Amino acid sequence: MKELLENIARSLVDNPDAVSVNEVEGEKLLILELKVADEDMGKVIGKQGRIAKAIRTVMKAAAVRNNKRVVVEIIQ
Amino acid sequence: MADYVEKESKSVEVAIEEALNEMNIDKEDADIEILDEGSKGLFGLIGGRNALVRVYKKVDYEEIIKSFLYPVFDMLGIDGDIDITAENNTLNVKLSAENIGIIIGRRGETLDALQYLLGLAVNKRSDKFMRVTLDVCNYREKREETLIRLAKKLADKVERTKKNITLEPMNPYERRIIHATLQDYGHVETYSIGDEPNRKVVIRYKREYRKA
Repeated sequence: MKELLENIARSLVDNPDAVSVNEVEGEKLLILELKVADEDMGKVIGKQGRIAKAIRTVMKAAAVRNNKRVVVEIIQ
Repeated sequence: MADYVEKESKSVEVAIEEALNEMNIDKEDADIEILDEGSKGLFGLIGGRNALVRVYKKVDYEEIIKSFLYPVFDMLGIDGDIDITAENNTLNVKLSAENIGIIIGRRGETLDALQYLLGLAVNKRSDKFMRVTLDVCNYREKREETLIRLAKKLADKVERTKKNITLEPMNPYERRIIHATLQDYGHVETYSIGDEPNRKVVIRYKREYRKA
């Protein structure tokens, strides 16, 4: 899951090397903390959160298959 | 965003050669734009101008698309083929896979999200805008046929009963199909209510036709 989110984020930003994802794993819940360069924040959030929403939708589909609930947090 | 090298030299060929060498790529991997063909001038002495070329590294769309989609396939546990066709400024990406439900999602929302992200990823590395469409096993085509059939069926019912019918929530693209189908169909008219993502189409009987 972590790798998938990293791969998606890297394909969207100007500074792929600054992308990192921290995994916080609970019993049924997986929290993925996505960190990107400050100037790339807009590239993973988008107008009215449209990009963030699309990323969450894709991650959710992947989570269903792995019997988990996933939360994607974009952190500064 | 677009990587290019500009070179000035006594001839176009030499300038291209120099640019390719500097970029360390072959001619077939490059898009070449000639900015100035140069001119020898009079007797090769007076008013001569150097040639100026700009060389872009060709964007490998297939590579971008595949490196975006394969990890998604892996995570969704599907084994699929990716077929890419390009026409003008559109890249049509067709997937064929066994377990397509998971990649389509509820009302196609996963497929739409993937299409949107894929479009962003492609345009991030492309110097001209490319429209990217993503379909899996002709889902969109079949969905369109289903929507057209549904729209006509419900419109007939509205005409019979003269009562409004509200459809289930749909995305803008799907609502547009309903509106377009019923634009000149029977004595009905259509409009949308509610806010995204729960915006729905309503079909209603056209009153003025009853009086006429």
